[in-house]
Amino acid sequence: MSADFLQDYLGGSKELLPLGALVNDGVKFLLAKGGSFFDVVGGGVESFATHVEVALLAVPSWLLIAVVVALGLWRLGWRFGLFALASLLLISVTGFWAQTMVTLSLVFSATLISLVVGVPLGILCARNDRFNALLRPLLDFMQTMPAFVYLIPAAMIFGLGRVPGILATVVFAMPPVVRLTALGIRQVNNEQVEAGQAFGCTSMQLLWKVQLPIALPTLMAGVNQTIMMALSMVIIASMVGAGGLGNDVLASIQRLDIGLGFESGLSVVLLAIILDRLTESFGARSVER
Amino acid sequence: MSKPKIEIRELTKVFGTKPEPALNLLRQGRTKDEIFQSTGLVVGVNKVSFDVQAGDIYVLMGLSGSGKSTLIRLINRLVEPTAGSICIDGQDVAKLPPAELVRWRRKRVAMVFQSFALMPHRTVFDNVAFGLEIPGERVRSYRDKVMATLDQVGLKAYAQKYPRQLSGGMQQRVGLARALAVDPDILLMDEAFSALDPLKRTEMQDLMLALQREQSRTIFFVSHDLEEALKIGTRIGIMEGGTLVQEGSPHEIVTRPANDYVRRFFKGVDTSRYLTAADLVDRNGPSPEAASFGAPHRLRATTALPDALRTVLGLDQPVGVFDDAERLLGCITAKSLLHKIASTRHVG
Repeated sequence: MSADFLQDYLGGSKELLPLGALVNDGVKFLLAKGGSFFDVVGGGVESFATHVEVALLAVPSWLLIAVVVALGLWRLGWRFGLFALASLLLISVTGFWAQTMVTLSLVFSATLISLVVGVPLGILCARNDRFNALLRPLLDFMQTMPAFVYLIPAAMIFGLGRVPGILATVVFAMPPVVRLTALGIRQVNNEQVEAGQAFGCTSMQLLWKVQLPIALPTLMAGVNQTIMMALSMVIIASMVGAGGLGNDVLASIQRLDIGLGFESGLSVVLLAIILDRLTESFGARSVER
Repeated sequence: MSKPKIEIRELTKVFGTKPEPALNLLRQGRTKDEIFQSTGLVVGVNKVSFDVQAGDIYVLMGLSGSGKSTLIRLINRLVEPTAGSICIDGQDVAKLPPAELVRWRRKRVAMVFQSFALMPHRTVFDNVAFGLEIPGERVRSYRDKVMATLDQVGLKAYAQKYPRQLSGGMQQRVGLARALAVDPDILLMDEAFSALDPLKRTEMQDLMLALQREQSRTIFFVSHDLEEALKIGTRIGIMEGGTLVQEGSPHEIVTRPANDYVRRFFKGVDTSRYLTAADLVDRNGPSPEAASFGAPHRLRATTALPDALRTVLGLDQPVGVFDDAERLLGCITAKSLLHKIASTRHVG
C-alpha cells in the first residue's frame, strides 16, 4: 500500500465511516419509537417552565428588585446591595426587564431540572466506582460538545420553543453539579464516615446526616457553575425559540445592531454577576448563625 | 475471675475481595510478608485471640502498620472480619446480620477517633446528640442527657458553638462526650489523644480516668505511646505485623518484655517508675531471716519505686520485702537497688 493511498484516505475529506448518518438514523428512530414518551416529558417541562415564567413576570419589578437588593445586603454587604440596585435599575430603564425575567425563568427551570437529575447521579457516582467510570466520559462529552449541537436533536424531538431550549441547557449545564456532588461526598473524611457508621447510621442516614451536609459547600460550588453554564446556554437556545434576552442578542447579530447587542449583552452580564455572587455566598458556610 | 466481657478468638482480617489464598497460607503458618509476596494480599490482623474483662481499660499498642487500628475497627465491624469470632457478652458480633449490627452499634458501643471526626455543620450540642438522634429519639427526650454529658467534660458553656470555634483539646472533649452520651458499655478509642499536645493529652487522660471511676465501662484503647498505655491501661496488648506478641498488666510488660520489639517501646520512657519493691529484691545476695527485719525495715511488695528508694536510702541498711501474706520475698540494699535501676533504664 502506498503512502499516497494512506494520505488519500486518512488525511482526505472522504468520509469512511458515516457516523453522522448513523446519528441521524438514531434520532429518527427515537422520534418514531419514543414519541409519546417525549410528549410527556416535553409537556411536563413546558407546563413547569410556563408557570415559573408567569410567576416571575407577575411579580412587580420594584418588589423583585427590593428582594434581590435585600438578599445582597444580607449575604454580601452594602457594596453588593448597591451594585445589585444599580444593575437592576439599568436593566429596567433600558427596557429589558421582561426579557431578563424570561431568561431568568429559563435559567431557573433548567437549573432545577439539572439538580433533580444531577444530584442523585452524583451520589451514585460517589458510591459506585463502576458507575462513576461509566458516567465520567459521558459527562466530558456533554460538557465539551459545542453547545449549539444539542439544539438540533432537541428541536427535532420537542419542536421549537422553551422546551428544547431548556432540555438542551440541562444537558450542557448538568455535568458540574454531578461532578462536584460526587467530589464533595468522596472528600468527606474517612473517620467522619466511620463515626456515622459507628453510631449506628443506616446507609440513608449516613448520606443525609453525614455525607451530604459535609459535602454541601462543594455541592453548592457545582450549583453555582451549573447556573452560570445554564445562563450562557439559554442565550444560545434562543436559536430554537427559547425567548428572553437571547432573542435580542440574536436580532442584534442579524441586523448588525451594535447598540442593541450591547444593551442586551449587558443585561446578561449583570444578571450573571448577581446570580453568581448570590449563589456563591450561599455555598460559603457561615460560622455563626 | 468472672466470664470475660469480650472474647476474641482467631480474629483475622485479609484485605481484598478474594482472601481465600491468604487464609490458606495463614493456616500453613506463613508470615504477613511472605503472603504479601506470593499473593499480593495484605493481612491486617492475623489470628488474634484475647479476652477483655468488664471494666478493663485494654490498651492496644503497636507501631503503625501493626494492625492495631484494624483490630479496633473489627470489634464494631467498621472493618468486616475475614475469619474468627468476637463474642461480647456471649453474642458473636461477627455474625450479626446488617440490621442487627446497626441496632447493636446504637445501643452498646461507641467510638472516639484520632481526628475527632466531628460534624462541622453541627453545633457542639448537636454533635454530642448525634448518637441519640440517629435511632430517632426526639430532642425533648435527650436534651438533659446531652447537657449533663457536656457538663461532665466541662463544655456546657460551649453547647451552641461550632467545632471549628474550639481548640483541639476541646474538640476531642466533644468527641468523648458524643461517645459517652449514648451510655455505651464498650468504648472504643482509636489513638484518641494522639493528635493533642502533651499537656492537653495528660489532661484528657486524667479526665478519662476520672470518668471511669464515676462509671466503669469496658474501654478498648489504641495507642502508640507506652507512657500513655502504662498510665491508663489495666491490660496492655502489643501488636506486631498483625499478631499479638505480648499481653499482660502494665507491670508485666515493663518487667518481662517478651522480645526486643516490645523493648523498643521502652526507648525514652523511664520504665523504672513502674517497678515495685518486689522487682527490686536482690536475688543474688544471701537469704536473710524474716525475723531479722524490724518495723521500719519492712516494705510491702507493692510499694512503688520512689517510696522504696526513700526507705532504703534513709535507713542505709538492708530492708526486707514482704508480700500480703507476710512472707519474706528477699531484701533490698542500697547497692542492689542501684544495680536494678541501672539495668531497667532504657534511655537512649
